[in-house]
Amino acid sequence: MKRTGVYGIMAEFDSVHTLLHAANRVREAGYKRIDAYSPFPVEGLAEAIGFHHDEVPLVVLIGGLIGGLTGYLMQYWISVVSYPVNVGGKPYHSWPAFIIVTFEMTILFAGISAVLGMLALNGLPMPYHPVFNAPRFAFATKDRFFLIVFSSDPKYKPTEVRSFLESLQPRSISEVPD
Amino acid sequence: MTQGPVQNERAPVIEPGYTLGSVTDKISSIVLTRPTSNAWFVGFGVAFLLLMMLLFAIAYLFVKGIGIWGVNAPIGWGFAIVNFVWWIGIGHAGTLISAILLLLRQSWRNSINRFAEAMTLFAVASAGIFPLIHVGRPWLAYWLFPYPNTMRVWPQFRSPLVWDVFAVSTYATLSALFWFIGLIPDLATLRDRSEERWKKIIYGMLAMGWRGSARHWHRYETAYLLLAGLATPLVLSVHTVVSFDFAVGIVPGWHTTIFPPYFVAGAIYSGFAMVLMLAIPIRKVYNLEDFITERHLQNAAKVMLATGLIVAYGYVIEAFMGWYGGNRYDAFLLWNRLHGPYSFFYYMLLACNIVIPQVLWIPKLRSSPVWLFLVSGVVLVGMWLERFIIVVVSLHRDFLTSSWGMYYPTRWDWMTYIGTIGLFLSAMFLFVRLLPMISIFEMRTLLPEAEVKE
Repeated sequence: MKRTGVYGIMAEFDSVHTLLHAANRVREAGYKRIDAYSPFPVEGLAEAIGFHHDEVPLVVLIGGLIGGLTGYLMQYWISVVSYPVNVGGKPYHSWPAFIIVTFEMTILFAGISAVLGMLALNGLPMPYHPVFNAPRFAFATKDRFFLIVFSSDPKYKPTEVRSFLESLQPRSISEVPD
Repeated sequence: MTQGPVQNERAPVIEPGYTLGSVTDKISSIVLTRPTSNAWFVGFGVAFLLLMMLLFAIAYLFVKGIGIWGVNAPIGWGFAIVNFVWWIGIGHAGTLISAILLLLRQSWRNSINRFAEAMTLFAVASAGIFPLIHVGRPWLAYWLFPYPNTMRVWPQFRSPLVWDVFAVSTYATLSALFWFIGLIPDLATLRDRSEERWKKIIYGMLAMGWRGSARHWHRYETAYLLLAGLATPLVLSVHTVVSFDFAVGIVPGWHTTIFPPYFVAGAIYSGFAMVLMLAIPIRKVYNLEDFITERHLQNAAKVMLATGLIVAYGYVIEAFMGWYGGNRYDAFLLWNRLHGPYSFFYYMLLACNIVIPQVLWIPKLRSSPVWLFLVSGVVLVGMWLERFIIVVVSLHRDFLTSSWGMYYPTRWDWMTYIGTIGLFLSAMFLFVRLLPMISIFEMRTLLPEAEVKE
């Protein structure tokens, strides 16, 4: 990737409708490396920028399976192998009694996987990011909507991107320095 | 989270006229620019003094041992277990609001879920103290967990007390995670709205660089929804497991199959009472009547009414089984509740949990904050009495008359109990001052501006 000194070209929008419309148009125009920013989750925006593969459910499934297996096998090993104790004539392998801890461990591991998996896939924590340099980007957490075409996009040509974004009724357009 | 704005003939979830900007400003200004009032300092000061009393009572307990409490044979589970169950039950409403109502697409929850989750966290923290300090040798409390040790012993997994360790610690962990995940976008808002550099740095670190990217939001919503799906069976399991602590034992009054559902309903009952007792003063003091509307109070009151009736059904079945079951010990337990030395508390329980809350059938009282506040207080007292009846009255006269006894809590019992209320309130006071008590980004999704038209 050649360094151009520019991270991308950012357009600022007033409303969620103009943002969604613009995101769809930019994707349809063939730009691949784009992103959109909004102060709340917007239905259909991820699809509009061409994001389809969300691996969080898989991470949670794997975490839950590991948790459940760990819980059950731990109890089996402790109660049958390592420290068998006869309690009221109950079998060492009292599987119905083991279900509760197995269940709790499944939930615990799946929940932790959901949180850590989401953060890791999102690349967070990341206290600094070039898009924070865009003018008024602080309003992306209040009431403004942003759309960026990254300079790493194969079709990226500064003047073309700028004029294309200008046709989408933005409030303003700016270059984001790298 | 992305349900559209709610059109409803009843009171609105959010008063009309708000925009993305004004919702953000109104909630974040409470934390960022509103001067801390004297009333806040007085309230926090009182709560903090009670917290100090808790620390004093626990320090003295560690020096002298649990002999300073009223517990003795035959009542080995006194205030510690009563308070543990009471607090953990209160926590359940927070998870119900944040997880179950999310799955049921009840978007009115968006304005009360944040502080209800905080309430859960602080209630579980208060609850967690009791099992740890009542074990007699609290410095060995970590023996509850399975860990490789030189004694080569392990916990006994057929015991409900071990199940409880796993259930409560999982619940505490997931409640904290759920609450923190919900806070991240709002912490980013606070980072971007703060004027002072040190606030920007602190909120910025906590927000972890959240920038609202569409990819991030997508994964975030997936994770949030999955967490809600995991927390829903979890919250139902926690009080079920707590009820197993009793129901698996053979003590009359404990050994019943009605316990799990009736404990879960009771937990939600007391939890919604606590939500109302917090929401009513908070919306008044911070002028949040536009966000926490009459609709929220009405809905909470209806949940209380419904769960209260399930609890009443539990009482009826307990009494019916005592009479009809033909077991003389169960029959005696019923007689003892009605006529024994603690009968006053049983009648108080029936009044607080069954009779008085029925006033909520009257729509006029249900929409009056003052009445709701009072009824909620009565329910909280009633639910505390319920656990007192279950723990103490069942234990004090069981199978052998020679081992009967009485339980009288000491001043240390009371100081510890009231002290945990201080802990809970201190944490709540700090929470409303330092963090957004209403979820800002979820409120934004309720606005007409957020509606996506295709």
